[in-house]
Amino acid sequence: MSTPSQFAMFRWLVRRDLTLAWRRRADALSTLFFFVIVVSLFPLSIGPDTQLLRSIASGLVWVAALLASMLSLGRLFAGDYVDGTLEQMLMTPQPLYLIVLGKAFAQWLVSEVPLILITPLVGMQFGWTRSALLLLVVSLVLGIPVFSLIGSIGAALTLGLRGGGILLSLLVLPLYIPALIFGAGAAEASLASGSPEANLYLLGAVLVLTVVFAPWATSAALRISLE
Amino acid sequence: MSLNWYRYASPGKFYPVASKMIPWFATAAAILFIIGLYVGLFLAPRDFQQGEAYRVLFIHVPAAWMGMLLYILMAIYAGIGWAFNARLSSMMASSLSITGAMFTFLSLATGSMWGKPTWGTWWVWDARTTSTLILLFLYIGFVSLQSAIDDPRRADRAGAVLALVGVINVPIIYFSVQWWNTLHQGATIRIVDKPTIAAPMLAAMLIMLAACWLYSIAVVLTRLCCAIIERERGVGWREEALTR
Amino acid sequence: MNWSKFFSMDGYGFYVWGSYVLALVAMCGEVLQVVRRKKTLKRQLQNFSK
Repeated sequence: MSTPSQFAMFRWLVRRDLTLAWRRRADALSTLFFFVIVVSLFPLSIGPDTQLLRSIASGLVWVAALLASMLSLGRLFAGDYVDGTLEQMLMTPQPLYLIVLGKAFAQWLVSEVPLILITPLVGMQFGWTRSALLLLVVSLVLGIPVFSLIGSIGAALTLGLRGGGILLSLLVLPLYIPALIFGAGAAEASLASGSPEANLYLLGAVLVLTVVFAPWATSAALRISLE
Repeated sequence: MSLNWYRYASPGKFYPVASKMIPWFATAAAILFIIGLYVGLFLAPRDFQQGEAYRVLFIHVPAAWMGMLLYILMAIYAGIGWAFNARLSSMMASSLSITGAMFTFLSLATGSMWGKPTWGTWWVWDARTTSTLILLFLYIGFVSLQSAIDDPRRADRAGAVLALVGVINVPIIYFSVQWWNTLHQGATIRIVDKPTIAAPMLAAMLIMLAACWLYSIAVVLTRLCCAIIERERGVGWREEALTR
Repeated sequence: MNWSKFFSMDGYGFYVWGSYVLALVAMCGEVLQVVRRKKTLKRQLQNFSK
């Protein structure tokens, strides 16, 4: 019996994670609701002045997406860690890099895609134009995978620790800052009649670097946490 | 006869060496602080732009430098400890972390003290101040992670991953913050530059930097000794160490 | 040497002296904490080995 190809394993892993996530749909939905609620909290605390809201909207949506994404990180490895599957994954001949990438991808599909889809609705609350909303969505599409991947490093490092979610946030938030700056900047630039392209290119560069290097760091962290 | 330096990679062997060095570094640091303060506060002239307020820089600049330097050292030691499975190296990284955080905090605080008379506000979101704040967060993350992990070897290695990821990110973070700052240059704040350096000023700055450097070595070595005692309990050399 | 002028630092006295006091407090605090820790650990070792 031959070992399956790497791509087959990747596909299997994604499908497995999606199936598991489907069985606990509430978890994914709760991320979505959190996002919507946080975004709605700000007008309540700042006041309904549409000019003011429009000027902070891009940063606001970005921070809310960041927080929602960070909250779902706890679920990335915890389930598999608790029932021992994660240890088994470490022992497969397949590269851990791909496993990490697969899990992060599955989580992106489950938690973050609904978030991205709902952003236009949320953006309408702030009275944005269609082109601005499109830009916001594009920036989120580029930025949220960065959050997932960097976050996976933190999730792997804090596996099984008491301190849990808060410690994870503490570790990971400073590392999120470049993506936040470029992403929110891109969304903002379209409003301020600047050019969003530069920000988007930089965000894209950060994404590429992260996709290449973060899973490697996460694999190292997983081995450290599990030995 | 060549000295076998690897002997000292063992915590037990390094402990007496470290213990003996500490008082020398501490005394040297104290002396240099006194000299530096004398030169900086008495001998250096008034700055023609900032008046006497610039004297804060004699502690602010060394603190900022030490904060950054210690972070890089921390990452290097942690990386070496992880790559070569060298316990002492990892212990050194952990010892560096708190002093580094202290200096970073001090640089932010003294920076505010310098900023109020020169810029008019306690805090300004420019590239350097924001990056230093983020550096403080990185330090806090490292210390929190290590204190949350009970197993010392796991703590060492996890810290190493975090420190290395952090140190690689620092240039990216700095660049992104600078980008953010130049794009959002709202109200123009007159950033008063550092004063044109007169010889006594430069001398004072360098002496204070050296003083902070020696201070760091003394404190970090003391922490290292504490870490060695804590972690190497139950090893035979203890009794010898106690007779010192 | 005009001492009152030295202490007031042209009106910036609070900022200049405040910074140095802050630095002094931070560094002395750190030294005290670390020295005390070392003493405690050595004492524990001695008690333990008795």
